[in-house]
Amino acid sequence: MTNSKGVQRRSLGGLFHRAATLALLTLMAAPAWADYALNLTQGVSEFSERVYGLHMLILWICVVIGVLVFGAMFVSMYLHRKSRGHEPAQFSHSTKAEIVWTVIPILILVGMAIPATNTLVYMHQTGDSDMTVKITGYQWKWKYDYIEDDVSFLSNLDSASNSARQLNSGIDPATVDDYLLNVDNRVVLPINTKVRFLITADDVIHAWWVPDFGWKRDAIPGFVNEAWVEIKEPGIYRGQCAELCGKDHGFMPIVVEAVSRPAYQAWVDEQKQEQLVAEQNVERDWSQEELVAHGQAVYEAQCAACHQLNGQGLAPAFPALAGSPVANGPTEDHIDVVVNGRPGTAMQAFGDTLNEADIAAALTYTRSAWGNKASDTIQPRDVRAAKRG
Amino acid sequence: MSTAETTHHDQDDHHDHGPAKGLSRWVFTTNHKDIGTLYLLFSLAMFFVGGAMALVIRAELFQPGLQVVEPDFFNQMTTMHALVMIFGAVMPAFVGLANWLVPMMVGAPDMALPRMNNWSFWILPFAFAMLLSTLFMESGGPAAGWTLYPPLSLQGGDSFAFVIFAIHLMGLSSIMGAINIVATILNMRAPKMNLLRMPLFVWTWLITAFLLIMVMPVLAGAVTMLLTDRYFGTSFFNAAGGGDPVMFQHIFWFFGHPEVYIMILPAFGIVSEIIPTFARKPLFGYVSMVYATASIAFLSFIVWAHHMFTTGMPLGGELFFMYATMVIAVPTGVKVFNWVATMWKGSMTFETPMLFAVGFVILFTIGGFSGLMLAIVPADFQYHDTYFVVAHFHYVLVTGAVFSIMAAAYYWLPKWTGNMYSETLGKWHFWLSVVTVNLLFFPQHFLGLAGMPRRIPDYSVQFAEFNMWSSIGGFAFGLTQLIFLYIVLKASFGKRTEQLPDRVWEGAKGLEWTVATPAPYHTFDEAPDFRDEDVAHGDVAH
Repeated sequence: MTNSKGVQRRSLGGLFHRAATLALLTLMAAPAWADYALNLTQGVSEFSERVYGLHMLILWICVVIGVLVFGAMFVSMYLHRKSRGHEPAQFSHSTKAEIVWTVIPILILVGMAIPATNTLVYMHQTGDSDMTVKITGYQWKWKYDYIEDDVSFLSNLDSASNSARQLNSGIDPATVDDYLLNVDNRVVLPINTKVRFLITADDVIHAWWVPDFGWKRDAIPGFVNEAWVEIKEPGIYRGQCAELCGKDHGFMPIVVEAVSRPAYQAWVDEQKQEQLVAEQNVERDWSQEELVAHGQAVYEAQCAACHQLNGQGLAPAFPALAGSPVANGPTEDHIDVVVNGRPGTAMQAFGDTLNEADIAAALTYTRSAWGNKASDTIQPRDVRAAKRG
Repeated sequence: MSTAETTHHDQDDHHDHGPAKGLSRWVFTTNHKDIGTLYLLFSLAMFFVGGAMALVIRAELFQPGLQVVEPDFFNQMTTMHALVMIFGAVMPAFVGLANWLVPMMVGAPDMALPRMNNWSFWILPFAFAMLLSTLFMESGGPAAGWTLYPPLSLQGGDSFAFVIFAIHLMGLSSIMGAINIVATILNMRAPKMNLLRMPLFVWTWLITAFLLIMVMPVLAGAVTMLLTDRYFGTSFFNAAGGGDPVMFQHIFWFFGHPEVYIMILPAFGIVSEIIPTFARKPLFGYVSMVYATASIAFLSFIVWAHHMFTTGMPLGGELFFMYATMVIAVPTGVKVFNWVATMWKGSMTFETPMLFAVGFVILFTIGGFSGLMLAIVPADFQYHDTYFVVAHFHYVLVTGAVFSIMAAAYYWLPKWTGNMYSETLGKWHFWLSVVTVNLLFFPQHFLGLAGMPRRIPDYSVQFAEFNMWSSIGGFAFGLTQLIFLYIVLKASFGKRTEQLPDRVWEGAKGLEWTVATPAPYHTFDEAPDFRDEDVAHGDVAH
């Protein structure tokens, strides 16, 4: 989907062009038109190219069989009509014909199965990887843990798309860059490196899919699936969750930025630096204003999908926070709900995904927003104490 | 049964056995024709209910951004659309056709178990009232997809219990209907009609009924486990409690894949009756048709995991399910080749039933092609859960199953009602349907290949144009079906203007064409004298 800018034209001329393209592709399934997002992408890995080759092979076989079978039907419908005075023959079987049209399809299928098997065996070779990234699906975001490099972050739908995608938002999606295919934090990966993914989920089943890599894999709670990619070209590759995972299933995109190895190393160093700063932020004292300001940003990114920007929630699954007994009650209980979640509901254990400063800020914001009167301060170290306690 | 002259107009001896008057006729009926009519009308109503939900979906997808509904309601619509169309429209339509036609085709006076037949039908309105009522409950209807995958399906509100109970009721209805059909076919055939002389529609329904009896209890088991996970603290599918969310998918698709064939085998039977009639030529390869149907039914039990290639199965599992799935192309191909060979050197006319039958063969085959592509595991890693899959199963279900049901309706409507439909309107209905349905579903192949996942309420702008075409096609297809509604209602309730012959179509074969038109309330009180030339496959020696 690297070509998305090229296909956003919506003018009349563009439509005619697309119609012509469509007609051509229908007739010839020509790979040259793949750029127009009519066909499967060839992708940027050895595997995705093999998948594309298989796809085109089977497509062509189907086209040829279709032309022969439908051709015979149309010839028959033209020649063997009562209105042309054709007298019906009375034959009702032919052992020879039936053997032919049983055996030939079997041979064609064997011809398809051999390259398909080879490609599948290749895909299953997850060993000898250079690095490992653990991917965890949450409703409705992804978490990435770089096992060797000790980098870890959440990736949400970007805020421009998020504003535009609200019901009757009044924002034209065409004006948003990479609408619904953009995130706040990109996955950065080095090229020409065998990256192994460990894919799982925390709540419901999701599926991690970047079409340019040639595969998708389900993220299942309680299971760890393996997959791998070796990216050939630097670039930005976009994908989406592919398994229905609740109301915001359509709004948890994936963006991978493939860079050279040195650039990757620089990115890792930068992430470490940021983590250091975050760590210091947990230790220090925050002012009420600081907490509320940061908390609002955290709330909008992490909490508003369910509890809504106005704190009113979405009954019955997602309770209102405005006026809620928890947000106006003792701080310990409020911290406990957010850190440990509520098992059996959609409320996640954010202690696993957000750092203590973010949680403390979001809590403080929640307790003073929308007329909530607790208006007390929760410090990051209070959250850390609760997490350890 | 001992004499040969009992086949024609035997209703004349039974004036006292007419239908009861008023509502009680329909509530208490044990007559296979009345029950068949109830099934067919119920299915027609559900076709429009499910269609209205599809139009909500297509309206939201008309352009990028959310304009019509919230995402959660969108998910309720996709879920309910599937449940209503599968269990409310397609399956009851085939059962209705079986009720009307199986006794008449095998020369039986009624179904073997008429009282159970009444119950099988009357469960359905209650089941669907319950299912549809969940849309008006506080927590809304089910929104986890018709496949009800946990853990997502367990997150919903308390309407979930109603959905499970409704599915149990539908399963009961299907199982009873299937038992009835098996009992009728195996016990009540006319003398001399041995199994390999039965019309192909009867054969396909016999096999379908066995599939139903085998898999509906599996679905009942799967949803019962969901119910106990949700309300009684079990952990069948909850990993945190030692359960396995993927096990649900295995159990579900062990039901679900045969279910797919439950919705297409009777269609094969219908088309195998209609094409010989309008080609005026015996069905080609009758015996191979029977064996191909049985092979497909057998294979349907060993391919279920091809719906789950991305769940991370071991290599050996993926290879087994890929090969087994590919093998299905062989018997399916035999069927398509046989239909073409039946048309070959015939003397064809193209009345509306034939148009729908030919449309079925071509468009179902396109759905078969994309099915073959989906079987290739590495390619499925790309296609899975995209609009390519949506296009695939709508080709086999709409231009497959639904087209065959419409072909059947046009073909037997004169026999059922005594009225011939307007051929002009029928042709308008066919041609508008075939153009709009392709506008609706063909671009979805491109959307899927270009990377649009299924079950999303909003999409990236690069998918905008094809979605707009698809939505226009959807609304046009939906409106076109009002022509069908008009035709059916006019034939059913309109004034009878002419007396149609017993054999309504020149080339029609089968015992149902030997009784009066419209078919009298009771037929074959005495078994008919069955002759080989009475069936569409003509010479049965082969």
